[in-house]
Amino acid sequence: MNFNRKDLLGIESLSKEEILFILETAKSFREVLDRPIKKVPTLRGKTVVNLFFESSTRTRMSFELAEKRLSADILNFSASNSSSTKGETLLDTARNILAMKVDCFVLRHSTPGTPHLLAKELPVSIINAGDGAHEHPTQALLDLYTIREKKGKIEGLKIAIVGDIAHSRVARSNIWGMCKLGAKVRVCGPPTLIPPLIEKMGVEVFYSLEDALTGADIVMMLRIQKERQNKGFLPSNSEYIDFFSLNEEKLNLAKPDVLVMHPGPVNRGMELPARIADGEKSIILDQVTNGVAVRMAVLYLLLAKK
Amino acid sequence: MPEGLLIKGGRVLDPASNLDEICDVFIKEGKVRKIARNINLSYSELIDASDKIVIPGLIDMHVHLREPGREDEETIESGTRAAARGGFTTVCCMPNTDPPIDDPSLVKFIYEQAKNKGVVEVLPVATITKNREGKELSPMGRLKKAGAIAFSDDGSWVTNSALMRRALEYVKMLSLPIISHCEDKSLSAEGVMNEGYFSTVNGLAGIPREAEEVAIFRDLALARMTDSSLHLAHVSTANSVRLIREAKNTGIKVTAEVTPHHLAISDEGITDFNTNTKVNPPFRGKEDIELLKESLRDNTIDVIATDHAPHTVEEKERDYEEAPFGIIGLETALSLVLREVVEKKILSLMQAIARLTVNPARILGIDRGEIREEVKANITIFDPGKSWLVREEEFLSQSSNSPFLGWKLPGKVEWTIIGGKIVYRSEK
Repeated sequence: MNFNRKDLLGIESLSKEEILFILETAKSFREVLDRPIKKVPTLRGKTVVNLFFESSTRTRMSFELAEKRLSADILNFSASNSSSTKGETLLDTARNILAMKVDCFVLRHSTPGTPHLLAKELPVSIINAGDGAHEHPTQALLDLYTIREKKGKIEGLKIAIVGDIAHSRVARSNIWGMCKLGAKVRVCGPPTLIPPLIEKMGVEVFYSLEDALTGADIVMMLRIQKERQNKGFLPSNSEYIDFFSLNEEKLNLAKPDVLVMHPGPVNRGMELPARIADGEKSIILDQVTNGVAVRMAVLYLLLAKK
Repeated sequence: MPEGLLIKGGRVLDPASNLDEICDVFIKEGKVRKIARNINLSYSELIDASDKIVIPGLIDMHVHLREPGREDEETIESGTRAAARGGFTTVCCMPNTDPPIDDPSLVKFIYEQAKNKGVVEVLPVATITKNREGKELSPMGRLKKAGAIAFSDDGSWVTNSALMRRALEYVKMLSLPIISHCEDKSLSAEGVMNEGYFSTVNGLAGIPREAEEVAIFRDLALARMTDSSLHLAHVSTANSVRLIREAKNTGIKVTAEVTPHHLAISDEGITDFNTNTKVNPPFRGKEDIELLKESLRDNTIDVIATDHAPHTVEEKERDYEEAPFGIIGLETALSLVLREVVEKKILSLMQAIARLTVNPARILGIDRGEIREEVKANITIFDPGKSWLVREEEFLSQSSNSPFLGWKLPGKVEWTIIGGKIVYRSEK
């Protein structure tokens, strides 16, 4: 099939076929990562700008490595605030960088819709590297890749996503992707962190972690921001741990071959204990490795043929 | 030398007198002098209104003209030009300017600007509280003397219930309404769109319907307590309608308005983060739209008002969280009412025009909103058969933040007349 898109803004707008095509493409790049020379000339002469308006370690390094391994030239821009300190708007910043002749922006921003704003206004490829609580498509793609790699399929799997669903772009992108590929998705967390009418996205809502885990093939723990208790979403972090932290006893309710995922960074002891994060059921580091391959695939599909 | 303006052969529609006939209207010395078939008087100016509809000049009791303070967004001059293009002959401007209209000198300033530069009549709404801070009452008596037409802290709800009670009590001696912008900001908080499935999908913070409903409930209770007149601005939810309906049934002196845009767009339309869909109150759900329309039919909601809120391109070019709330509405209002209310058979044309003319006039207690002999000749003539494309470059407003850009709308205003003087004439 042909992948004829200018941008990757989210999983919501992708078809099942497009998702599978990206995942298949990622397989060949995954092999590159195991070679002694981990570099291909695919994007030689292309310039990719990593535009990060929100702090990020994993995603930024993963994109940067993916770009380097495809031989692209890279520009890194990071600002701590949503609008840069001199009052320049996002669009203005991007237009100025574009004037220097670049081919792609990878954008991380705290406001939903900012990649869409750039995609509409600029003629180059935009990759959403996380926009507020909206979407984080490459994270979902790497998660789907990892699940397929370990389980051989997605269809029919029972997947529990646990934690702060309301503020999670990872949850939204994964829900779209997993549902499109035929998984049975459960979301679980305290009602204050479950956004309204999320069941219309095709998921089942659980307030009990035990119920959500029963019979699960995959459990994905989401990062909980410790500041949530200050805003009235949670009585206390320790109470959250009582109800929603993973432990062996709860994990025993899942299928024996259950796998544990986390998009990182993990608050060890909050979402799950170190024992489980580092244990044999954890595929957290596989997610990180595959992230590079999946991002290479996305960059290749958007940029290589143009 | 003959004098006078003769409007010939139009379908004259006047809700106040229930007139709906093909006839002529003769205007002289600023007033309507005669309404009859085949008027045979000499005139200096003739409008051939055949196939057109002649209605009282529209009244918009909720606009933001941004002057003083934000003349980059709109001025009294540009805002009233936009009003004239939309068929409005009277607009009430909200006091959330910089400085806010909380002093008689500022009320006079508005009248002064309107007289010098305005195209249509401007009636200033003054604040309920000083500096719109919700702490102390504005000098309401002196504001009325200076010409304030109503009181509102629009944009801010008066959260202090005791103060709101006193405000409602105090205006009884002035016989002016209080217009309340009902929004409990602890509930709307960081929200930027309606809370529901679409805010969930977009990952945007939601504004729950209850932010409005909680506030309306309190204000209705205070209106009952004080037996004072309360007007509710831009009602947007189904349950707000139910609360108001119940209040009216029990004799509370409440009136309410809805905007054309809340009748036309639901939150399902917010899929591409277009900041011209960011408005407060936000676009609600389809079921809300249904009840808002029903509320026009059963008179729960009395008035259609635009909440015209201009913002510059620079402001609206920002991201969805940073961009300010608000959209312009004066130039699309009549067409949207025709499309959403008349064509969809919610109201007859006569009933719909009443909500844009005589109803707001009665709430405000002004001698406007009707075509009657010996009354000031504020008249709008529109072509019901002509549709038009909403284009950015054609707006007379200084701003173009409209979610209706690119829409084809029915009904085109052809002439807007104030006191017998043509203040707007469409180019073909």
